[in-house]
Amino acid sequence: MTSIGTGYDLSVSTYSPDGRVFQVEYAQKAVDNSGTAVGLRVKDGVVLAVEKIKHSRLLVPHANRRIMTASKHIGVATAGWISDTRHLVKRVRDEARDYRSTYKVEIPAKIIAERMGMYAQAYTLYSAVRPFGVSTIIGTVDADGPQLYMIEPSGQYVGYRGCAAGKGKQVAKTEIEKLNLDQMTAREAIKEAARIIYAAHDDSKDKLFELELSWVCAESNGLHVHVPQDLFDEAIQHAERSLNDDDDDDEMEGDDE
Amino acid sequence: MASLRPGEANLGTTIMAVEFDGGVVVGADSRTTTGAYIANRVTDKLTKVHDLIYCCRSGSAADTQAIADVVKYHLELYAAQHNEPPTVKVAASLFQEICYQNKNNLSAGIIVAGWDARDGASVYEIPLGGSIHRQTFAIGGSGSTYIYGYCDKVFRDGMTKEQCVEFVKNSVSLAMTRDGSSGGVVRLAVITKDNVERIFVPGDMLPEQYLG
Repeated sequence: MTSIGTGYDLSVSTYSPDGRVFQVEYAQKAVDNSGTAVGLRVKDGVVLAVEKIKHSRLLVPHANRRIMTASKHIGVATAGWISDTRHLVKRVRDEARDYRSTYKVEIPAKIIAERMGMYAQAYTLYSAVRPFGVSTIIGTVDADGPQLYMIEPSGQYVGYRGCAAGKGKQVAKTEIEKLNLDQMTAREAIKEAARIIYAAHDDSKDKLFELELSWVCAESNGLHVHVPQDLFDEAIQHAERSLNDDDDDDEMEGDDE
Repeated sequence: MASLRPGEANLGTTIMAVEFDGGVVVGADSRTTTGAYIANRVTDKLTKVHDLIYCCRSGSAADTQAIADVVKYHLELYAAQHNEPPTVKVAASLFQEICYQNKNNLSAGIIVAGWDARDGASVYEIPLGGSIHRQTFAIGGSGSTYIYGYCDKVFRDGMTKEQCVEFVKNSVSLAMTRDGSSGGVVRLAVITKDNVERIFVPGDMLPEQYLG
């Protein structure tokens, strides 16, 4: 970024001469430094996966979850600052409850995505606030079927069949593009999501990480829940096996440990 | 409280809605009273709140008109935001919320009926306290008390559109003869997937019946 030091990056309420808002781009950088988050929309549900990087061995397993439930049927997976994430998830929850109390119907994905997009965008307008350092992936099954949306710090929101955010997003996106998402079941997608998170993980940068996996599908009774332990273990085995297979293909000799 | 003030226009009223396969028939009498005086003998108590969703109003004319206006606004907004028409359930829920939250200040008994792509034809009744009840057919207003027995006896599941029109026409006109605050003409609307057909039955063309 050549424009650093020109003073145009100090406030979200000032454009640079070439029409950019640097604070929003910096917020995107905060997301790009985070552990990878992946969402897959398949024929019978949605699957969310997150690579939660652990900064200490002393952390309790499953602490500081990065996949949260916003409404019974809405899952939120994020990449970026966990504290900003919690604020945004609260907003998703409030919006879902608000919608339910006026219309007595669960909020459709496109509406919650639009409202969260509007909310994030409002934080790109005023000098007194900073944009959220979070990309929010919303996965749900609504009346129209499985839905997946991602909201960026800029407020831009897009519907996806598969999406990724965080430091491994390039690898993850390449892997997702190889999948036949429309034919896949949620059960298969869980394994693929785990594999993709493992593939996107860079062992040289961050040694410790914890995989988080959740889904919304018929098997979860249409609710957003973290996947059952047996399925979770199976997914991790699948992920580790395919990672080792890849290593063998590369003719990497001698296991490092 | 939920009682009419001196001089307030009252929809003494008989209202009704029936589901059939592919649509609903809604009907009402046409009398509006202020005390003993008939303020309007050709009132239209069937109010459109969206393309294929109507409400039948009973109670205070002013209150029910005001509620219908608010709901109409919300449904227009809903259609714009969702890029699809609202469901009857959503419309009925909006009516219910307003009636419940303001139950101490309103006198309104409403039937919401219509057609939507998700649930097909549906009828919801929202009586005085602001509760909501989905029903295959619903009757309401002061005149309805006289025809509960008749309706329960005559109603059949799976009636055709024509049978429903006759059912509503007969029920409403029976109520009109016994109920002092119902009368005038019978107004009907047949709401189906494609359109709304309005039917008008003048006071001298009502179905034949015993008139004492």
